[in-house]
Amino acid sequence: MVTYEADAWTALGDPTRRAIFARLAERPRPVGELAHGLPVSRPAVSQHLRVLKEAGLVTDRSAGNRRIYRVDPDGLAALRTQLDRFWNEALANYKQLVEQSTEEDE
Amino acid sequence: MTTQAEQTSVQTAIVVEAPVERAFQVFTEDFDRIKPRDHNLLEVDIAESVFEPRAGGRVYDRGVDGSECQWARVIAYEPPERIVFTWDISPQWQLETDLSKASEVELRFIPEGDRRTRVELEHRHLDRHGSGWEGLREGVGGEQGWPLYLGRFAERVA
Repeated sequence: MVTYEADAWTALGDPTRRAIFARLAERPRPVGELAHGLPVSRPAVSQHLRVLKEAGLVTDRSAGNRRIYRVDPDGLAALRTQLDRFWNEALANYKQLVEQSTEEDE
Repeated sequence: MTTQAEQTSVQTAIVVEAPVERAFQVFTEDFDRIKPRDHNLLEVDIAESVFEPRAGGRVYDRGVDGSECQWARVIAYEPPERIVFTWDISPQWQLETDLSKASEVELRFIPEGDRRTRVELEHRHLDRHGSGWEGLREGVGGEQGWPLYLGRFAERVA
């Protein structure tokens, strides 16, 4: 299955996107304001926002001639991302243990 | 296209090189070494995580000072095929005080030969944890809601 939560995880793997996301977590902001104070161009910020949006982490709406971005109020995507990571870690630990104990029996 | 059920659940699977009986046994007996340790609701470090292998059993962490945090209840225990337990932890990583808001986790152990088992995990009914995001809808600026949480989450991702 192609997972949306894996995308969210990858999206936050980039430090600039984490910085953008952290600023949106404080309050909704337009692109111009996000770009101001970050060491990247406005088009680059727009590109990062597109990735965050596709990952289900942020949403946007029009306000006059601007677009206002905010953290996705659904929250479900973030919970799924986190639980997906939790269980993948758990199952990786588990696989190692099962296969180790099977070898010990031989 | 995703269905409603997919949106409110997390699914993952792994194939292990072991017979189904052992695959099942290791999950419950070695749960202490399976659960990622950095997820801890106690105020002290975890000494041990315990999975009681029976329907009605408890799943809990015991701290180094003897304190306990029970965060799941075993609903179904059917060796070597299936385990279901509740997930009594809120989206803010606190115990759900209202157990009707608990989600649930199902593990299915499927033999793929004498020495190979596919383990499927589904963590479902995540929408039952409702208040986590209802609160956020009321005010995205609320400092104790998702924004704070997500901000911390973003900081921790590396």
